[in-house]
Amino acid sequence: MTRHLVRQGISSAVPVVLGYLPLGFAFGVLAHGAGLSIPEIFAMSLLVYAGSAQFIAIALLQSGAGFLTIVVTTFLVNLRHLLFSASLAPFLKRVRVSRLAALAYQITDESFAVALGHFTKHEAEEKFLWGLFPACQLGWTLSTVLGAWAGNLIPHPEAFGLNYALTAMFICLLVFQLQDKFTYLAALTGGILALAIYVWLPGRWNIILATVVAATLGVGVEQWKKST
Amino acid sequence: MEKVYLIILGMALVTYLPRMLPLVVLNKIDLHPVVLSWLRLIPAAVLGALTAQTIFLRQNGVSFSWRNIYFLAAIPCFLVAYKTKSLMWTIAVGLVSVVLLNQFKPVLF
Repeated sequence: MTRHLVRQGISSAVPVVLGYLPLGFAFGVLAHGAGLSIPEIFAMSLLVYAGSAQFIAIALLQSGAGFLTIVVTTFLVNLRHLLFSASLAPFLKRVRVSRLAALAYQITDESFAVALGHFTKHEAEEKFLWGLFPACQLGWTLSTVLGAWAGNLIPHPEAFGLNYALTAMFICLLVFQLQDKFTYLAALTGGILALAIYVWLPGRWNIILATVVAATLGVGVEQWKKST
Repeated sequence: MEKVYLIILGMALVTYLPRMLPLVVLNKIDLHPVVLSWLRLIPAAVLGALTAQTIFLRQNGVSFSWRNIYFLAAIPCFLVAYKTKSLMWTIAVGLVSVVLLNQFKPVLF
């Protein structure tokens, strides 16, 4: 039974890994082009394991940004995992803390979406995650190393549109989240505010501010609709 | 290149903490329904913000122009993401669109 659940987790990782392949490949090529070595790219994918933050870090490194800028930006961009982790928490109440601490390290947008989708339809089983999560991470890490290696052979990655991989990923993840009018409202408000705050306020706080305000507005509207 | 490894370790730490703390701490607490619905809307809000930024924010500021290739390429991406629900196909269509738009840029604009 246990082994069956782990295997089920691994096969649920297949669509995620298929998405990670082009994305990880693009990251590897771009990171290599920015001057990172293959061991550095491997270490980043293994330890950080967060696609969007890794892309942004490469762009910041290339623009000459320092340690603090890159780490704080990473923190802001990955703060959304807080919410993914919190949404999984109710399903995993009986799991030991040490195991939760280990599983938490492999929460990503995609692995979370698959896990939550599975848990809402089937019984929430920890073993499923032990198949799904490591399989996703393996797919990501290998595809970035593959990209880094192929980077030697691709002198002009922009000619293949590889810079656009991140944008396409955001679009797809966003569409996954659009389930009802409240999520549409939150996404639209978040988008408009991100640009407005960027234009009118200094600093790089636009993403986090826009996110908090948009989600709060969405909840306000949701509660108001419920009460009327 | 020790600096790169230092950056990687810093990134790893600030990425791990938000992933771990809610699972480990909230594990024993029941959240209020309003907090839960707020948490439910956060991913849509943050992805809306990130998507708008990567599409419309170009080197010279915010651009809603149809000459903005990132914006034009986003249209087929949205359609494919909506139809297929597949990350792989969305990225594939995005890359092909950008390459084609760059190729035909002199003709189109």
